[in-house]
Amino acid sequence: QKVSLEVLDHLEHLALVDFRDSEGVERLQKAIQFADQLHEVNTDGVEPMDSVLEDRWCLYLREDDVTEGNCTKELLENAREKVEEYFVAPPGNIPLPKLEEREAFLQGS
Amino acid sequence: LAPWIPVVGLEIHAQISSNSKLFSGSQVQFAAPPNSLVSFFDASLPGTLPVLNRRCVEAAVMTGLALNCSINKKSLFDRKHYFYADLPAGYQITQQRVPIAVNGSLSYSLCIDNKMSQMVTKTVRIKQIQLEQDSGKSLHDDTRSQTLVDLNRAGVGLMEVVMEPDMCCGEEAAAAVRELQLILQTLGSSQAVMAEGQLRVDANVSVHHRGEPYGVRTEVKNINSIRFLAKAVDYEIQRQIEELENGGTILNETRAFDSKLGCTVPMRDKEGKQDYRFMPEPNLPPLILYDAKSLPANMNHQQVINIDWIHERLPDLPRVKREKLVEQYGILPEHSFTLLNEDGLAEFFESVVKQTQMKPKKVIGWILNDLLSYLKQHSLTVKESPVSSFLLADLLNLLEKKEISSTAAKRVLAELWKGEGKTPLEIVKEQKLELLQDQKELEQICQAVIDGQENEVIMMVLG
Repeated sequence: QKVSLEVLDHLEHLALVDFRDSEGVERLQKAIQFADQLHEVNTDGVEPMDSVLEDRWCLYLREDDVTEGNCTKELLENAREKVEEYFVAPPGNIPLPKLEEREAFLQGS
Repeated sequence: LAPWIPVVGLEIHAQISSNSKLFSGSQVQFAAPPNSLVSFFDASLPGTLPVLNRRCVEAAVMTGLALNCSINKKSLFDRKHYFYADLPAGYQITQQRVPIAVNGSLSYSLCIDNKMSQMVTKTVRIKQIQLEQDSGKSLHDDTRSQTLVDLNRAGVGLMEVVMEPDMCCGEEAAAAVRELQLILQTLGSSQAVMAEGQLRVDANVSVHHRGEPYGVRTEVKNINSIRFLAKAVDYEIQRQIEELENGGTILNETRAFDSKLGCTVPMRDKEGKQDYRFMPEPNLPPLILYDAKSLPANMNHQQVINIDWIHERLPDLPRVKREKLVEQYGILPEHSFTLLNEDGLAEFFESVVKQTQMKPKKVIGWILNDLLSYLKQHSLTVKESPVSSFLLADLLNLLEKKEISSTAAKRVLAELWKGEGKTPLEIVKEQKLELLQDQKELEQICQAVIDGQENEVIMMVLG
């Protein structure tokens, strides 16, 4: 079963991944086929497992104390742009080109 | 024309009142220097992991119990993915599959026809309460075409309370949220101050004709006060009705409330349906809660949350406090609502009652009519009142002992508001407001008046 252009476009919007060319799309389809093998197992009436550790994986509860923070300088060191200790980002979300607008979209996918 | 039935549901985000964040040890505080309350985890730096804050879980359990919910002894954490500059990880940790509390209810009261004396009780079902992370804050700088991001709020614990669409108008939505706010403040699980973003409400609104399926709903965001909530909901109901009656259709969209214009407008940046690609949070195992029966014998106390222990220690909820006030002091139900609606007023009232012989039923009039209206006029809180409960009780005692008249008492109160440190007795003496008790003195005064107005007296006697 081939992945339709609409689904491909939708996936690219969701994950900000660029499948780029037919080889990328082919790899995607193989990955889907691989994962589809899971459907061969009948899981009716079986509770999904969260971890192989089962009950032995206990959620650790932390006391409500302030132990971190106050490292503005360090955090901003990685920022390409900053304005008075704020991170700088583009205005809102930049929309990806619509399906119809894309040039030279994957031919024969 | 068949009548339209409006349907209103609410999604309320309450910031948990805690020292540190939901999954990290950075501080929770309003208004701090940008990015100063941010840990490496909050900034989503690689190699960091979430560690759950015990206090946040307790807050959610308390709230669930107060709202008559079933507490899920096993609840799960999930990732909700979307891209936005103030969400550095690209996902929010929430509880989508199995939240911490489900199937509760909230009772609230409304005045019919704006008359305080006629109140009805309504109930709204609580679908669920879930723990989740708050996002950072975006400041949009349109002139320089950029967004400034402050992550101080990123990772703060939230309780999302989902109310089923059992409400039908702005007034009901506002009353329900107000009651929830009072409950949260009583529990201490959230300070729930809307102005500081500790309580955020999104409304889901649709209309339909009786017997027909529910209409398409819109989501209304950017509501900053309870008053605006009522306006936004009522506006949206009207807008939808007008649109449909003109032959139009309602889009399943997100709209923002514009408080200046008093209307809702479509929101940019929310094109198309979002696919959040929910997946289990792989770094957190299930959250297990215990009760008296299931309490494990050999576990460290610090790692165990006992629902029954929390239940036993819940304070009196507003509804119960009101009932007790009515029963103990013989005041009217609507009085109890006003007392609880104003921070500190109920305590002030009880304090005055303790210090005076005047019956509570009479004291309440002085509290609600005189004290409260003065405070409102001058935008003061009860705590800021220049007249203390001691002074007011002192004044009411003079009145009760008939040493002054009711009119005189009001004049003394007006003087007390100046906060010049005088006692009621001092003011009474200064302004000579004492009631005369001496019969002879009264006769003398009356005679003097009659003597001084001979002509008028003759006219009266002649009829």
